[in-house]
Amino acid sequence: MPVLWLFLIVVALATVGYIVGRSRALSSADGDNRLLHSLPSYYGSNVALMTVVPAMGVLMLWLIIQPFIVEGRVSGTIPDSVIADGSSLSLVMSDVRRVAEGLDVAVAEGALTRDEAASIRTEFTDVRERLGNVGVALGSDVRPEVLRAAQIYRSLSSTGNLIMTAVVLLVAVGGFYYAWNQTHKDFRARNVVEAGIRVLLVGAASIAILTTIGIVLSLIFNTIEFFRIYPASEFFGSLTWSPSFGGGSELGIWPLLWGTFYISLIALLVSVPIGLFAAVYLSEYASKPVRAFAKPMLEVLAGIPTIVYGLFALLTVGPLLLQVFGDDGLGWMQAGTAVMTAGLVMGIMLIPFVSSLSDDIINAVPQAMRDGSYGLGATKSETIKQVILPAALPGIVGAILLAASRAIGETMIVVLGAGAAARLSLNPFDAMTTVTAKIVSQLTGDADFASPEALVAFALGMTLFIITLGLNVFALYIVRKYREQYE
Amino acid sequence: MTDATAQTPGEGSRHGGSLLAQDKLTKKRNAAETRFKAYGMIAIIIGLFFLVMLAVSILRSGIPAFTTYAVTLEMSVSEEEYAEAESQLLKTAAYTDLFTRNLEQALLERGMTEGVDQEAIERIVGKVGSDIREFYRSNEDQLGQPVEFQLSVSSRVEGYFAGRLTRDNISESRFITAADFDLVDQLEELGIISSIFDWNFITGADSGVDNPGGAGIGVSLVGSLVMMIVVLVLSLPIGVAASIYLEEFAPKNRFTDLIEVNISNLAAVPSIVFGILGLAVFIQFAHLPQSAPLVGGLVLTLMTLPTIIISTRASLKAVPPSIRDAALGVGASKMQSVFHHVLPLAMPGILTGTIIGLAQALGETAPLLLIGMVGFVAREYPNGLLDGFTEANSAMPAQIYTWASRSDAAFYEKAWGGIIILLLFLLTMNIIAIILRRRFERRW
Repeated sequence: MPVLWLFLIVVALATVGYIVGRSRALSSADGDNRLLHSLPSYYGSNVALMTVVPAMGVLMLWLIIQPFIVEGRVSGTIPDSVIADGSSLSLVMSDVRRVAEGLDVAVAEGALTRDEAASIRTEFTDVRERLGNVGVALGSDVRPEVLRAAQIYRSLSSTGNLIMTAVVLLVAVGGFYYAWNQTHKDFRARNVVEAGIRVLLVGAASIAILTTIGIVLSLIFNTIEFFRIYPASEFFGSLTWSPSFGGGSELGIWPLLWGTFYISLIALLVSVPIGLFAAVYLSEYASKPVRAFAKPMLEVLAGIPTIVYGLFALLTVGPLLLQVFGDDGLGWMQAGTAVMTAGLVMGIMLIPFVSSLSDDIINAVPQAMRDGSYGLGATKSETIKQVILPAALPGIVGAILLAASRAIGETMIVVLGAGAAARLSLNPFDAMTTVTAKIVSQLTGDADFASPEALVAFALGMTLFIITLGLNVFALYIVRKYREQYE
Repeated sequence: MTDATAQTPGEGSRHGGSLLAQDKLTKKRNAAETRFKAYGMIAIIIGLFFLVMLAVSILRSGIPAFTTYAVTLEMSVSEEEYAEAESQLLKTAAYTDLFTRNLEQALLERGMTEGVDQEAIERIVGKVGSDIREFYRSNEDQLGQPVEFQLSVSSRVEGYFAGRLTRDNISESRFITAADFDLVDQLEELGIISSIFDWNFITGADSGVDNPGGAGIGVSLVGSLVMMIVVLVLSLPIGVAASIYLEEFAPKNRFTDLIEVNISNLAAVPSIVFGILGLAVFIQFAHLPQSAPLVGGLVLTLMTLPTIIISTRASLKAVPPSIRDAALGVGASKMQSVFHHVLPLAMPGILTGTIIGLAQALGETAPLLLIGMVGFVAREYPNGLLDGFTEANSAMPAQIYTWASRSDAAFYEKAWGGIIILLLFLLTMNIIAIILRRRFERRW
């Protein structure tokens, strides 16, 4: 791992820089640190920062940009004749990369020498077999053009890595020398270091923005790609979902949206009444010990990973429901995985979510309003129903919307508990599937990313992202608006 | 009690004279009150009931995963027998023969008179021959001396003990017959088959789809651990730096608002969307290895950052301004006041939030499905420290999902067992967080 070594070398250089910078500053003041502008450690930190930060910046930029340049130049050398029907340049390029990696492994294992790897020809050697010997399995025989491209790829990358190592080290040494040269007792090291740290802090804070940009870009690009090979009118208009990786799939989103909303609805029907009543009881009626016991206990439900709920749905709740509603009972249910199973379990998961959010909101209603109501002779329940809940309503609606957004985005419970069939049905004991479950099933497995059946997952993800984002923004808007009334 | 109140017009007629007897409306209102209170109590009880149900089903189904049934037999193999077995073509079969002969001997000694069907024994115990051969090949000095073997029973016998298979529901085949279960019962009575603690489940690797008995969670535990290291190393410094900027330095402007909005939205983005991000950016775009804990760690870092930032900001906010003012007053720079005074005071809160964020990340499954941690069967421990980051591995929740989606019901037990281990980890982390909070949190 040359990058790791490079990183360690730069860090080591920075450590040396710290010590050297510190002692140079001290010696420039004849060892009397009262004469220094800043504390000695700032001079050291200045040298260390100037060594590490620009070098790491260059390293990161280089690592991001180099593959583009290499791929651009390599794909230029691939003749159009190699790209077969139904294939694409990106598929051939992934072949090239795989062969190149295979050659790397072969060289590392000693099966090929460096020169051999750069010069072997498919005409003379069975490359696939030789790579197979070192454990690199290739799907098909290596075509001469691909091997040629892979060799160019390797030589370009290794040249690139060499230049990168040189440039990064140069920048590090340059920064070291520059900062070391600056170091003098009158140099305002603290100001410079603090400005540098501030830049780093801003950078860390910007990662949140970068993440959002990353999410949006990765969704948008792949969604556009999907709509280029599959008509958007079909995606939003068709009522059937039947992907087949051989082609000729129908990818209508409605059955998935229906499943998602149906399951979320059942989850909310379970969690909202229970959560709300629990919150009212805990905040208005419960004695201190009851509250101290019940509130954390309910919140344990929120801390349990969703995979546990998924398993609970699949192996406990599903069979239980099947006993009652299945063929032995009422005969409404065919299998343990159904909308009801997933909805019920998701409802359990959301109880603490609804209850603790509502609890906070109910507690935020000013005591004066309760006292006013009691003063007029209302009972506790009348006060709650006619004064507290109306006052807390916007906040509670916000909490319910947040819970709905959680339900829509929940994955593991529906993957394990809801079944896999996409259908539009009103029977809650039918198996249905959701947007999230289909994202998982379309993107796991060995499908290639260029087919509409895999790309549709990104369009589904985009839909999911927009729906949940809309719900969250709306919920926060409502909650904020409510808060302003009392503060 | 004045005349005025006693003689309010209408009062007497509504109450029917006595103040002590409740009138109809009051009764109704009090009944409504009681009912309403009961609804609340019922809601709490339902919630707690679900919790208990969850706990019971986890414990009841999961605990059997920690035990396994083994045949314990003391036998000795002489050097001649060893040489003879090694000279045969089917070497493991020869050892199986040796084992059945010894077992028969042991049974006769313990008072079982009828002969034992050798094939039945082979059906009950798993692949004994190879285990015994393995042992003697690596410990030749044990030849001729009595050695106690503990050999696992076949997965069908495990199923019989777990109650999945009964004499009625098995289809008789060359793998098992109903009569075998009688023999199993006898062997258990004689103390030859007994249940032992299954260390392999905790330390072992995942087995293939055909061998649920040998499946262990150890390798994926290492995968989870490596991911948590990545998450901790990245998200703690980045999260703290971001919070310090937002809480202490950020001017009130558009850029800051944008960051704030982004953080609160990211906290609510479904985890599966982070999986899509990881797939598109780290695997498709950056060509990082699929199923690698490094990629999983990166995705989980992005996911936990908002949580950590939110809790860190809360604990920075809790440090009173007087601390900052005092630091500035004695001549510290703004940066020094934050790093030397505010941050150390906020540290317990920050660590608590980080541990809770890590616990969340540890149990997260959906993003791991998308970066390919599910199709992968974690058969081997990674070779070295660096390989642990870049080589394909599974993680605990992904492993549990893999087991749950296999068709053999024996894997469900393993999945529940895996959940117990996962929950133990979460419990420990949360307890540490609570202790940290209790011991170090300062109320200002």
